[in-house]
Amino acid sequence: MTTELFIQYLVAGITYGSIYAIVAIGFNIIYNTTGIINFAQGEFVMLGGMLSITFLQYLPLPPAIFLAVLVTMGIGALIEMLFIRWLQNPGILRMIIITIGVSILIREAALHVWGSDVRSLPYFFGNEISSIAISGARVSPQVLWVVGTCGLMVVALNIFFQATSIGREMRACAANRIAAVLCGIDTRNMVTLSFVLSAGIGALAGAVMSPITYTQYDIGTGLAIKGFTVAILGGLGNSLGAVAGGLLLGVIEAFSVSVVPLAFQDAIAIAILLVILFVRPHGLFGSSAMAGLKEF
Amino acid sequence: MGKNLVFLPIVAAVIAIQLLTAWTDSVYYLTQLTMSAYYSLLIVGLCVLMGYAGQISLGHAGFFAIGGYISAALTTHNLIPFVDQLPVRLLTALGCLQGGLDIYGDPLLVVTPWVACMIAILTALIIAFLLGIPVLKLKGHYLAMATLGFGIIIYRIVLASEYFGEADGISGVPGFQLVPGLLVSGDKSWRVPNYYIAWTVLILAVVLLRHLINSRVGRALRAIHGSPEAADAMGVDTAKFKLQTFMLSAVFSALAGVLLTHYNGGIGPSEASVMKSVRYVAIVAVGGMANIWGALVMGMVLNFLSLRGFFGSYDDAVFGLILIGIMLFAPEGILSLQLGRLWRRIPLFRRKTPAVKEV
Repeated sequence: MTTELFIQYLVAGITYGSIYAIVAIGFNIIYNTTGIINFAQGEFVMLGGMLSITFLQYLPLPPAIFLAVLVTMGIGALIEMLFIRWLQNPGILRMIIITIGVSILIREAALHVWGSDVRSLPYFFGNEISSIAISGARVSPQVLWVVGTCGLMVVALNIFFQATSIGREMRACAANRIAAVLCGIDTRNMVTLSFVLSAGIGALAGAVMSPITYTQYDIGTGLAIKGFTVAILGGLGNSLGAVAGGLLLGVIEAFSVSVVPLAFQDAIAIAILLVILFVRPHGLFGSSAMAGLKEF
Repeated sequence: MGKNLVFLPIVAAVIAIQLLTAWTDSVYYLTQLTMSAYYSLLIVGLCVLMGYAGQISLGHAGFFAIGGYISAALTTHNLIPFVDQLPVRLLTALGCLQGGLDIYGDPLLVVTPWVACMIAILTALIIAFLLGIPVLKLKGHYLAMATLGFGIIIYRIVLASEYFGEADGISGVPGFQLVPGLLVSGDKSWRVPNYYIAWTVLILAVVLLRHLINSRVGRALRAIHGSPEAADAMGVDTAKFKLQTFMLSAVFSALAGVLLTHYNGGIGPSEASVMKSVRYVAIVAVGGMANIWGALVMGMVLNFLSLRGFFGSYDDAVFGLILIGIMLFAPEGILSLQLGRLWRRIPLFRRKTPAVKEV
């Protein structure tokens, strides 16, 4: 393998990896406040792309994406209020099935609104053939948009959770819900906020990735399972672990193209998921003692 | 046999429906009823796994596809080019192959359906065993995702391999002669016998499962569902029972896949899709999880309506709605709503009971 080819694969891996990381962080945010894995997480990414494409017909690109993210956040809030908020101590099986049902409904709604066509946003700068040279390899400028946006989101989220009062309240809710209630935090609002937040980051990632990866009504399931793989790789609930896991999975996938047919690429991610679930369910960086305290 | 008297009304209903369709000249309904019966075979197996052993599986369409695809591939791929090679010679010597003509009239040498069926079911059994050992150690979200992942892998494999016909699937699957004079085939002249074949298989399966549930194994399973730790402490080998139930339900799914594929004369990748697995889970949930009768009834009704195109292009959306609705409002299944009681709330149907004043 030549150096150029190596870098080419590496960049592709990092691009996809940063999207997986964002999906995984979306899983983590909701999991931390509720203990639920939201199977509809991938649908937020799809909605972000699809809504931006629709709004672009009436608006310039930046406001179109902004509006798409806002609408997706609204949908996230709506899902929480309609299906999650009023349930008393739902079992995990029940929550899994409800979020799967929600993902099906969003997907089917998307199918009826946008059809089964593959769509995409235009490139933010230049077009399909414009590229930047990175030590011999040619890279589309959109790749920088994807990686940059995802990186910024991770930094912003970290600042939000560490430095703002609401962010700290959400972390308190994740650490110990009863204690949080006793401190006067409205945990139910925190749960809604977590859905809004993860819908928002999913939608933004969906919009910036759309020019490269294209958007179709059914991309959510694949993204969700890869995002989940990444979340497990990094240790469920650990957002920095998710970034590392995302880049790892993205790079493995990208290099696997040179070994196995493209059609089996998904199978590789899932095989990794199965192996990691069997061998290290607490993730590459987590400790099994801590995982034992959590409820799955 | 007294216990099995409960099946009499079902047998009566099955016969009555057949007579009714013959009488009203709507025999075509039997086709969808036969297909629904095969899907229900999978669903009752999944019901025992989910409802009694408490293990969710989002990958049972994978086992269905393993059964259907292996049987379809073995009974359609021509072995004549390999006739001189050792495995094929061995199969010929064992009488596992049958000749025939393809649609162009060229000679064809394929595996007989019985042997193909056995291989398909054995494969499903082995895969269930190998998958079940690690997977069933997982709980909750992890189990759901792992089984979902298994389902997607099977889907990707059938979609990407030339041997399984890629996106087109496999067609031209021959009929399956169970015994001389009894053929599983979608041919019109075989419609009524096939309706009864499907129901015989389904009822036998339910009899078997009911015996299982009411036996020591069944009690152990319910103990596992209630509290795995307590069951463990009482000396129940939870891992063994979970694995056995998983394998049993996988075999039911594979058998359903084999029979339905021979009945339809083909199979496509959509049978392996995640949406199918989710649909089976939805039906088990509507039936009330730990309720074989509920699973059977709902499996028949919902599959029949879906196959008749009753839900139009909203087919998958309907199943999504069903899932959410049931889990939000009636997690014990639709039968637990006690619609009879609801019915009596309507003034017209209210029973005349002496008014009791609340103190």
